[in-house]
Amino acid sequence: MSLTRDQISEKLAEAGYIADRDLAMALWLMDFLKRPLLLEGEAGVGKTEVAKALAKVHGAELIRLQCYEGLDQNAALYEWNYQRQLLAIKAREGEDADTLEEHIFSEKYLLERPLLAAIRRLDPPVLLIDEVDRADEEFEAFLLEVLSDFQVSIPELGTITATAIPRVVLTSNGTRELSDALRRRCLYHYVDFPEVDREARIILTRLPGIDATLALQVARMIAAIRKEDLRKVPGVAETLDWAATLAGLGLHDLRAEPEAIYDTLICVLKTHEDRANIGRELTDRLLGKVA
Amino acid sequence: MAATAIKPAPDTIGATLRHRLAGFVRTLRDNGFAVGLAETRDALKILASPAAMRASSLKPSLRSLFSATRSDWQRFDEIFDAWWLGHGIRSASRISGATAKGRQSARRAALAGENKASLGPPDRVERGEGDTDAEGSGRSTGASRAEALRSTDLRHIADPDEIAETHALAERLARSMRARLVRRQEARRHGRRLDLRRTIHRSISHGGTPIDLVWRRAKQKPLRIVILLDASGSMNMYTAFFVRFLHGVVDAFQEAEAFVFHTRLAHVSRSLRDRDVARAVDRLSLMAEGIGGGTRIGESLATFNRWHAARVINSRTAVIIVSDGYDTGEPEQLGLEMQRLRRRCRRIVWLNPMIGWKDYAPEARGMKAALPFVDLFAPAHNLESLAALEPYLKRI
Repeated sequence: MSLTRDQISEKLAEAGYIADRDLAMALWLMDFLKRPLLLEGEAGVGKTEVAKALAKVHGAELIRLQCYEGLDQNAALYEWNYQRQLLAIKAREGEDADTLEEHIFSEKYLLERPLLAAIRRLDPPVLLIDEVDRADEEFEAFLLEVLSDFQVSIPELGTITATAIPRVVLTSNGTRELSDALRRRCLYHYVDFPEVDREARIILTRLPGIDATLALQVARMIAAIRKEDLRKVPGVAETLDWAATLAGLGLHDLRAEPEAIYDTLICVLKTHEDRANIGRELTDRLLGKVA
Repeated sequence: MAATAIKPAPDTIGATLRHRLAGFVRTLRDNGFAVGLAETRDALKILASPAAMRASSLKPSLRSLFSATRSDWQRFDEIFDAWWLGHGIRSASRISGATAKGRQSARRAALAGENKASLGPPDRVERGEGDTDAEGSGRSTGASRAEALRSTDLRHIADPDEIAETHALAERLARSMRARLVRRQEARRHGRRLDLRRTIHRSISHGGTPIDLVWRRAKQKPLRIVILLDASGSMNMYTAFFVRFLHGVVDAFQEAEAFVFHTRLAHVSRSLRDRDVARAVDRLSLMAEGIGGGTRIGESLATFNRWHAARVINSRTAVIIVSDGYDTGEPEQLGLEMQRLRRRCRRIVWLNPMIGWKDYAPEARGMKAALPFVDLFAPAHNLESLAALEPYLKRI
């Protein structure tokens, strides 16, 4: 089953993700060319959400591998269940060493980790490799190998080949330059902060009860705030938090209660410095412009 | 090359289209895109698919396929339009930049020519290469190297041995600092961690009794170094020296980034990763050439903090600023930006060549504003002072 771009767009919207047309195209290409998709963009633009929505679109399971510094193959691929192995060794004391070895290195004692899980599923899952730039170079090289062959070898068990090729989404925040090889292997999409219209639509989709005017005003205000010189630029999640807070306070118009706006900006500005930068006056001025 | 190498796509598409695509791929490569055969083959698949019916779906498809970085992503549309939609055809795509290679070599050739005409021979004599003159003047590399040496002031380190020593030192510095303990592992000092996987493997030969215990070894992590080099007029006696040092560090470290600033900031790691030292240094001196107008340390740091810091700095980064601290901008801004930088990185080292001078006191306003945020304020006017840096970085 292959979906067209417009179908993907629609289904993404149903799944609660408002995508721009180019992203839908990239998601279509993923299926068409069977390549992983690399998403880059600032923190908070909704890169991880893309994978979640994609899983919903295809009705597939989402398997997530969160990368971190020091992530190694054991944590990403498989691990043996040592406690059970030790028990088994004790229980079978006196047995022939070879038989014992065969026994404790069997499937029963194998613990699947995300990568192995992803290639052993019958239905192709969506494999999200989150923040791949946080992992070390060695891991990246290993990942490249898995992503091109979709098979892994476990010394004690043998080679395991993928039953179904998963759809792979990688995200990166750019804390480290990724290798050219990995970049080449993947399709690329740069996720930007949504433009005002799209952000307003996102608010409306995620918070169905909210006033349309308020959603638009919030989106405009956030867009204005993002233009200021901030240490941490608010992401879409912050927008949603803020919109939910304002709606919860029963506001219908940003202009009505500037005091409340200023007080609730803590949903959006997450450092002391930013808070000091966007003072009362600036808030009022921005409000005047957008509302 | 691509035209002949491409195998026909599964769904046959016209030969004309195939040639057009090959040309497009070539244009992309000219513009610095890393496009391989696999990409070209996939592009043919796309052209044979329904996505090729409209430009509105073809463009994003090819963009996703051919781009690998954000800058590719941003430049793609222009090149695409120029090639497929005929807006200015090839000349337009050339203008879009990134034919840096071409421009660079043109500039180098120009410089080399100028050098040959004016100051070439005496310069070479001065450096004791007079004997090889006849042979050397014919090679463009020889000429451009001479140019690099001439245009960047080398009063303090002109001796080839010394230059070699700088590099050797940078290498040594790099080797000793490359690996350091991860903090995470250090913090967990109470009790080493058992490597169960290996322990159990070993125990099999003892009938399952874990006699040989295998411990996890702490993982070594490289220190990341970011160098910001002041290339302003007041520093020009040292710039050449540091550019070489920079090259050594960037070359040896897996994770090193270099920036040069005078009135504005330029990211130069890429140019420095050239194996050919002379060419790298040459290219860099071109970049460092200012329009004049004084050093804007504060503004350059602001640019760094805003656009580069998040990407190049992590928790184990040492930032090394090489500058004399003569700032023509506002000292308040410099102080503010230093404070911001301080919060992000692990250590700030400020190397000031003038500390080596007799009776120097950091009186420059900019220097005074920056000092409170500097972890190590050290001289850097000769090789020894750089070597003294090594033990400090090792302790970080």
